[in-house]
Amino acid sequence: MNRAPASSLPSEDLLRAGIGEAHVAGRRARARARNLAGYVFIGPWLIGFFGLTLLPMAVSLYLAFTDYDILTAPRWVGLENFHRMFMQDRRYLQSVTVTLFYVAVAVPLRLVFALGLAMLLNTNRRGVSVYRAAYYAPSIVAGSVAVALMWRQVFGTQGVVNAVLAILGVPRVSWLGDPDFAIWTLITLAVWQFGSPMLIFLAGLRQIPVELYEAAAIDGAGAWARFFRITLPLLSPVTFFNLVMQTITGFMVFTQAFIVTGGGPMDTTLFYALYLYRRAFESFQMGYASAMAWVLLLAVALCTAVLFKTSGRWVFYEAKEGR
Amino acid sequence: MSTQALDGTRSPTRSTRRRRELGRTLVYHLGVGAVGFVMLYPILWLFASSFKGPSEVWADVMSLVPRHFTPQNYVTGWAGFGGITFATFYKNSLIYAGVGTVAAVMSSAVVAYGFARIRFAGRGFWFTCMLLTLMLPVQVIIIPQYVFFTKLGLVNTFYPLLLPRFFGMAFFIFMIMQFIRGIPRELDEAAEIDGCSQFGIFFRIILPLIRPALITATIFSFYWTWEDFLTPLVYLNEPKLYTISVALRSFADASGATDWGAIFAMSALSLVPVFVVFVVFQRYLVQGISTTGMKG
Repeated sequence: MNRAPASSLPSEDLLRAGIGEAHVAGRRARARARNLAGYVFIGPWLIGFFGLTLLPMAVSLYLAFTDYDILTAPRWVGLENFHRMFMQDRRYLQSVTVTLFYVAVAVPLRLVFALGLAMLLNTNRRGVSVYRAAYYAPSIVAGSVAVALMWRQVFGTQGVVNAVLAILGVPRVSWLGDPDFAIWTLITLAVWQFGSPMLIFLAGLRQIPVELYEAAAIDGAGAWARFFRITLPLLSPVTFFNLVMQTITGFMVFTQAFIVTGGGPMDTTLFYALYLYRRAFESFQMGYASAMAWVLLLAVALCTAVLFKTSGRWVFYEAKEGR
Repeated sequence: MSTQALDGTRSPTRSTRRRRELGRTLVYHLGVGAVGFVMLYPILWLFASSFKGPSEVWADVMSLVPRHFTPQNYVTGWAGFGGITFATFYKNSLIYAGVGTVAAVMSSAVVAYGFARIRFAGRGFWFTCMLLTLMLPVQVIIIPQYVFFTKLGLVNTFYPLLLPRFFGMAFFIFMIMQFIRGIPRELDEAAEIDGCSQFGIFFRIILPLIRPALITATIFSFYWTWEDFLTPLVYLNEPKLYTISVALRSFADASGATDWGAIFAMSALSLVPVFVVFVVFQRYLVQGISTTGMKG
C-alpha cells in the first residue's frame, strides 16, 4: 500500500508548542492534508462523474438539438426534434401515455401490496422469516430475461393463467395479443415484485413503538383507527421514500416490455424506454433519442420535485435528533 | 399482533383463550402461506416445466410435478444456437459479473470512506451530486457513451461494460457510507493519534469492519450485472460475446415457439446462481435493503 505523505498529520508536539503562528500554520497544513486525502479517496468517483456522467450529459444535450446517425457528423436542427416529438410523432405520445398509465397504476398497487404484506409479516410468529423469503424471492429475479420469458408463457394462450380461468369457466383470453389486456400482464409482473419496498416497510414498522398501539387500544381505538392514526402517519417517511424510488424506476421499465410484449399489440405496451431504445439503437436516430432522453430526465426530475413539494402535507418527521 | 392480547373484553377461561389463539395462528399460517405459494408458484412452475417432456409442457400446464421427469431439455438447451453453447454465455456472464462486481465494490468502498470520514472542502457539494446521479435515467448517458465507444472501436468488447464500474457506483457508495457511519469514530481517532495515515485507517481499521456491507454490495452488484440486459444488448452484437440475458432472448427468438422446454431449461439454469446466493446470503440482503432502502 503506498502511504501518501500528504495524508500524514503534523506531529503532535508541534501543535502542542502553542506558538500562535505555528498553531495556525499547523491547522492550515492539516486542513490541506485532509482536503488532499479526501480528494484522493473520492478521486475515482470524481473522475467517473466528469468523464462518464457530466461529459456524456453535455454531449447528450447537444445531440438533442441535432440530427445524428453516428456515421455522418451531427447536423444542428434546433428545436425540430422536440417539435416532432410533441406535434407529429403519435407513437411518441402513445409511449408517454403508456408509461404514465403504468406508473400511475403499477406503483400504487405495488406499494399497497408491499405495505399489506409487511404488516402481516410484522409479527414474532414462528416461520415468518420463511414467508419473508418467499415474498422477496420474485424480486431478486425481477429484471431478468428468464423471468420475462417465463411471464410470456404464464400469460400465453395455453398458459397457466388461462388454465386457472378455464377451471372457473372463463373462456381463454389472449392476454398478450389483446390491446386491452397486454399492459396488465406487465402491471401484474410489477406488482408481483413488491419485495424491496416490503422489506423497507417492514424495517419501518419495526421502528414504531408497541406502547403507542397499546395506549391507543386502551383508549378504545379500533384496528382501523390504529392503522390510520398511528401506522400510516409514523410510516409516512418510509412510504415517501418508497414512492419516490418506485416512481423513478417505474418510468424506466425496459427489459420486461422488451421481452414480454415487445411493445405490442398496437403499441399498447410501447414504454418510453423501449421506444427510445428503438429510435437510438435500431434506427440510429441518436439526436431524436437524446431529445427523448432529456425529456425523460426532466419528467423524472419534475415528478420527484412535485413529490417532495407535496410531501410536507402528508409526511411526518419526528423531532430530528442531531446526527 | 402485539395488541391482540388486549382485545378480549371479558376474561375467558385459559383453555378457550388458548384454543382461540391456536385458531388464529392456524388462520394466519393458512392465509400467509397461501399468498406465499402464489408468489412462488411461477418460479416453481418454470423449474417444473423445464423437466417436462414436449407433450406434457402444455397438456398439463398447471402441474408442478413432471409426470415423466426428463433432463432432455437441459441437454438440447445447453447446445445453444449458431454453434455456440451456453458454456460460452456463462463464461461471458461470469466475466461481466465477476470483474464488474469486484471493481464496483472495491472502488465504491474507497470513495465511501472518503465521503463518510474525511472532512474535506466541498464534501457536501460532491455528495449531493452523487445522490443526484441515482435519479439519472441511464438513457441520458448511454447514447453518448455508445458514441464514444463506437469511435474508439470498443463496441463488441467488454470494456464498455466493465470500465464504468471502476469509478464507484452511487448506490454502493451510499450503502457503504451508511455502514461506516455506524462505526465509532474513536477507533479512527485513536489510530490517527498513533500516527496512522488515512490510508492506514481505511485499510487496517475500516475495511475489516465493513465486511458485512461489502458482502451486501457484492450480492447486489452480482445480481444487477448477472441480470443486466440493456448494456450487453447495446454493446455486444456478436453471439460469441453474448451474456446469458442476451443469449436467452436470442435463443427464444431463434427457436421460435417450437422448443419451449429448452428455453425453460436455460431460463431456469440462469436463475440458479441467483437463488443459491439468495439462500446462502439472505441475511445480508435483508439487512442491506432495510437499512438503506435499495431499489428493486
